[in-house]
Amino acid sequence: MSIFIDNSTRLLVQGITGRDGSFHARQMMEYGTHVVGGVTPGKGGQKFDEKTPIFNTVERAVAETGANTTVIYVPPMFAADAMMEAADAGIALIVCITEGVPVLDMTRVYPFVKEKGARLLGPNCPGLISPGKSKVGIIPGRICTPGPIGLVSRSGTLTYEVVFQMTRAGMGQTTCVGIGGDPINGTNFIDCLEAFEADPETESVVMIGEIGGTDEQEAAKFVKEKMKKPVVGFIAGQTAPPGRRMGHAGAIISGSAGTAAEKMQAFEDNGIGVAKRPIDVVQLLRR
Amino acid sequence: MNIHEYQAKQIFRDAGIPVPPGEIASTAAQAEAIARKYGGTVVVKAQVHAGGRGKAGGVKLAKSPEEARDVAEKILRLTIKDLPVQKVLVTPAADIDTEAYVGVIVDRASKRAVFMVSPAGGIDIEEVAASTPEKIMRHPVDPRYGLQPYEAMEMGFFLYDDVKKARAAAKIMQQLYAAFVKSGASLAEINPLVTTPAGDVVALDAKMVVDDNELDRLPQVAALRDESSEAPSEVDARNANLTFIKLDGNVGCVVNGAGLAMATMDLVKYYGGEPANFLDIGGSSNPEKVVNALRIITGDPSVKAILFNIFGGITRTDDVANGIVTATKQNPLTVPIVIRLTGTNEEIALRILQENGFSAMTDMDEAVKKAVSLATGKAA
Repeated sequence: MSIFIDNSTRLLVQGITGRDGSFHARQMMEYGTHVVGGVTPGKGGQKFDEKTPIFNTVERAVAETGANTTVIYVPPMFAADAMMEAADAGIALIVCITEGVPVLDMTRVYPFVKEKGARLLGPNCPGLISPGKSKVGIIPGRICTPGPIGLVSRSGTLTYEVVFQMTRAGMGQTTCVGIGGDPINGTNFIDCLEAFEADPETESVVMIGEIGGTDEQEAAKFVKEKMKKPVVGFIAGQTAPPGRRMGHAGAIISGSAGTAAEKMQAFEDNGIGVAKRPIDVVQLLRR
Repeated sequence: MNIHEYQAKQIFRDAGIPVPPGEIASTAAQAEAIARKYGGTVVVKAQVHAGGRGKAGGVKLAKSPEEARDVAEKILRLTIKDLPVQKVLVTPAADIDTEAYVGVIVDRASKRAVFMVSPAGGIDIEEVAASTPEKIMRHPVDPRYGLQPYEAMEMGFFLYDDVKKARAAAKIMQQLYAAFVKSGASLAEINPLVTTPAGDVVALDAKMVVDDNELDRLPQVAALRDESSEAPSEVDARNANLTFIKLDGNVGCVVNGAGLAMATMDLVKYYGGEPANFLDIGGSSNPEKVVNALRIITGDPSVKAILFNIFGGITRTDDVANGIVTATKQNPLTVPIVIRLTGTNEEIALRILQENGFSAMTDMDEAVKKAVSLATGKAA
């Protein structure tokens, strides 16, 4: 088993003819993901790499291909519309890779997607991979290997780093999920932890956080209260300097400075193994 | 992007919010002339992208034009949180009865813009929030409908018992929300919102932070950027589409992705070194970004070793390799470089590097240790 994606994933690529979209569409196909179509307005009726049909709209693409998942590589100013279009077309899982989506756009997209009953991952995320089954997004397939560990991370490349070190140590993964680091994202740590707890093949979970906000602290509470599976964690930004903060609202609303020390303490207080270096995740998983 | 108080005040004025007049001075003589024009007591306020201006001596009252000149001269010599003060705002002093706080921010938890208001405004508002949270009212705004009049009135009455003042405050909050959305802000703040003895409700200070992701579609807001009040190396990096923060160490770091960049800095410190910077070349990098990154890093004389840590996903490692080769052909390096690179197109990248006389590593810990030992002259 795995979470969110597996062999039944039928994927659309929104922005399949762009530089990043086309490159990663090919990478996903090579990995074995069922890429059933692409969407680029104005290129409907054409074929991508002479085999994959391109549609003008997501609605058309879903009707013709039975797609249940989409991955978005469109420019930031068009990303909100692309996410909403996908949700309205009945896509169940929307993965938005695009970086730089205005946060006020996300305040509109989030409730819209939720009302349509879709799951959104991202934006500004690397996507996810269920090794040996399917990959949606940009996580390099060859650094992963199937196994019993679930991984959820706020970071992109740091996720690769940790997965790579796990794979080298022979520790495979059920699913690796990059939730993205934007202030408003569709899927959070707790959503993934809940899914890993329910997944019979996942035996333990790795959680990778960053400074800023309180998501990791809330996830740590969830681990203590709701999870039986062991969890280990790493927080990036232990040496980050305090910023030249403007205004008071950020501190008032979260009641927290969101430092690495604060988050590592929350991990420790809630029974999560704390890794000081990425490689220490591997040592902690061995226990 | 941070904007100055005087710029935020203009945005607030344009939205209809009552804001006292004010003018900008970059010399003491200009400050004196403005104070003379207004007559009476004025406030001279440092315009700098840092919080805690008042506590740093950047806000002073002046009872005469001569005093305005003297305090402006002192404030213009200040450096607040590493940022030199280059401009002051001169504004007539207001008679103040009460000070309230009004802020709106995009909140991660509720995934909405959230208003926070308190009748106990002023410089100790964070302390108020921490010790007496009941003095803060929070109100999330549904983005589909915007801030409704009755919602604004609930907050207005939380600030003031008097219906006239509550109405005035409610109107200001609706105007503030409109300005917030129109400017693509992630934070807007009035602290303090004051009442005067005459019963007026006035925004005495203004703060706004604009979401960088909005700037492409809001050119008039983007034009408010004041590069002269930012660190030059950070301006240079931003113009090259890089995220760069200068630090005090001597290991220059070039990394793709903010999380990995922070983890790399953490590891440099773990192995006994000090990072010279945070530098994220981001995703979708092209060789040119790498050329710019190397130019910025090598422009810092304290850098004793350069560490590339690239884990390719959307970033193609061959682009990075090409960038390193191009940059070092243009400007041969004078300090040692350690390249760690793995992921997308790794085979091509390693071949490019080898053909040009570079060696590359694939293990992060080993690469960091090597860079630290080269920078410090000691084994890490």
